[in-house]
Amino acid sequence: MSPPVSRGFRHFRRPAAGEQDRVPPGQYVARGFPVLSAGPTPHTPLPEWTFSIRRAGETLKSWTWDEFQALPAQDVTVDIHCVTRWTKLDTMWRGVPVDTLLGQVEHDAPYVMAFSDGGYTTNLPVQDVASSQAWVAFGYDGQPLAAEHGGPARLLVPHLYFWKSAKWVRGLELLDHNQPGFWESHGYHIYGDPWRQQRYAGD
Amino acid sequence: MVALDGNSIGGLLFEVFGTEMTAAQTICATCGSAAPVAETVVYLRAPGTVVRCRTCGSVLMVIAQIRGVHCVDLGGMAALDTGQGG
Amino acid sequence: MATAAVRGRLTWQTATVTSVTRETDAVRTIELEVPDWPGHQAGQHLDVRLTAEDGYTAERSYSIATADDEPVAITVERLDDGEVSPYLTEELRAGDQLELRGPIGGWFVWDTSDGGPLLLVAGGSGVVPLRAILRHRERVGSDVPARLLYSSRTLAEVIYRGELDQYRDGVEVSYTLTRSRPPGWTGYSGRVDAALLAKIAWPASEHPLTFVCGPTSFVEAVAGSLVALGYPAGRVKTERFGGT
Repeated sequence: MSPPVSRGFRHFRRPAAGEQDRVPPGQYVARGFPVLSAGPTPHTPLPEWTFSIRRAGETLKSWTWDEFQALPAQDVTVDIHCVTRWTKLDTMWRGVPVDTLLGQVEHDAPYVMAFSDGGYTTNLPVQDVASSQAWVAFGYDGQPLAAEHGGPARLLVPHLYFWKSAKWVRGLELLDHNQPGFWESHGYHIYGDPWRQQRYAGD
Repeated sequence: MVALDGNSIGGLLFEVFGTEMTAAQTICATCGSAAPVAETVVYLRAPGTVVRCRTCGSVLMVIAQIRGVHCVDLGGMAALDTGQGG
Repeated sequence: MATAAVRGRLTWQTATVTSVTRETDAVRTIELEVPDWPGHQAGQHLDVRLTAEDGYTAERSYSIATADDEPVAITVERLDDGEVSPYLTEELRAGDQLELRGPIGGWFVWDTSDGGPLLLVAGGSGVVPLRAILRHRERVGSDVPARLLYSSRTLAEVIYRGELDQYRDGVEVSYTLTRSRPPGWTGYSGRVDAALLAKIAWPASEHPLTFVCGPTSFVEAVAGSLVALGYPAGRVKTERFGGT
């Protein structure tokens, strides 16, 4: 028996004409920018912040905040899709392409695990963070990225569900084999393509 | 998102465990602290539900609702005692 | 009835709204007729589920505002960026159906057998379950002494003011306004802090039972102050409200 429809209840906006091909199946267009997290907002002071590329417990390359800010950065406008069904169109970010960071190390790893302050992790194929598909973003909407949205820097991988865009990211661990990160270990899809509605394992 | 407490997942936990759970005592597997579920730190829609120890911040429990099924990870708890002798 | 509430089944059922009453500009009390209501304890809440025509659902929890022998009611504050509260406070009307389940809660509850003296500390809409505790206390003729300290931004935002001002013997109600005060205001001003609690709270030596409810930051500040006043953490029960 289906639940009764609540008379007059309207929620997130459904896509307008012209937006429909930008909104993946099952998604709604959000008002605002919802804040979701699995734990408290970390506050690593910038003088202590580093971004590292690691492999097998060894740091291959690391940047301090100043070194990171000196890297060439891009302004990008992208649509983002959260597995909780909201989509936000035309979000504006500034960040360093992951290509630039991974390009500084010699490796043949097929997968990475992004790791963050607070212990959050998420796994991705290397080819999904390469080829101008991913950034380490430190600016949003023309301002420094707010802590509640992942600042000082978060991973930005807009072509996958947004749980892959790890907030408070501190580095990438190169992996020989794919391993599930935090949500992937709790039933969420190992890859997470919103266009194929890959929300949960087995989808 | 501001953290809530275990009161906010009373309904969810009733679904998962089949009984009222907010007064159940948890023991954190990381730091050993005891607390009622009601007093734990809860993050909702994270996309799943994450329950953390108020003393040390470690994850006690993760609940994801996957295609109508509750997937529950209690690995962060050393014990969960409803005090109902079973 | 309390036993059924703990051990019974928790299933979604369809209630009918019997009235929507304005408490303040942003706050409404929604009274409900619930066909299979098993009764409830003061402090418990219920979950509400809204379903849009396309099947989208949103769920939220609301404290029950009334005592067990009264019709079930919830008091809801409209949050500007909320998804559910604007619907409940502005759209819902008598005769509408509302899907809910409850009662829920086994920790943040009070019955006379739990004793006292009671200290109730409310921040904003956190007053709702504490009001249910006071109504229950009165309706069962309890003589457990109670003190309510209620923090609001302005006098206009105080919920249930007329009712709270009626309490006499055994219940002391104090208000503190944090944003602005009307001319001639004789209540307290500013946030609930250790100094204000030291004035109002029972001495720790009386072994009070405390319920604190409101926004997370409010609850944590108050709980911290109470522990500093010597209140054992195990006798301070907290319920944090969030946004949307």
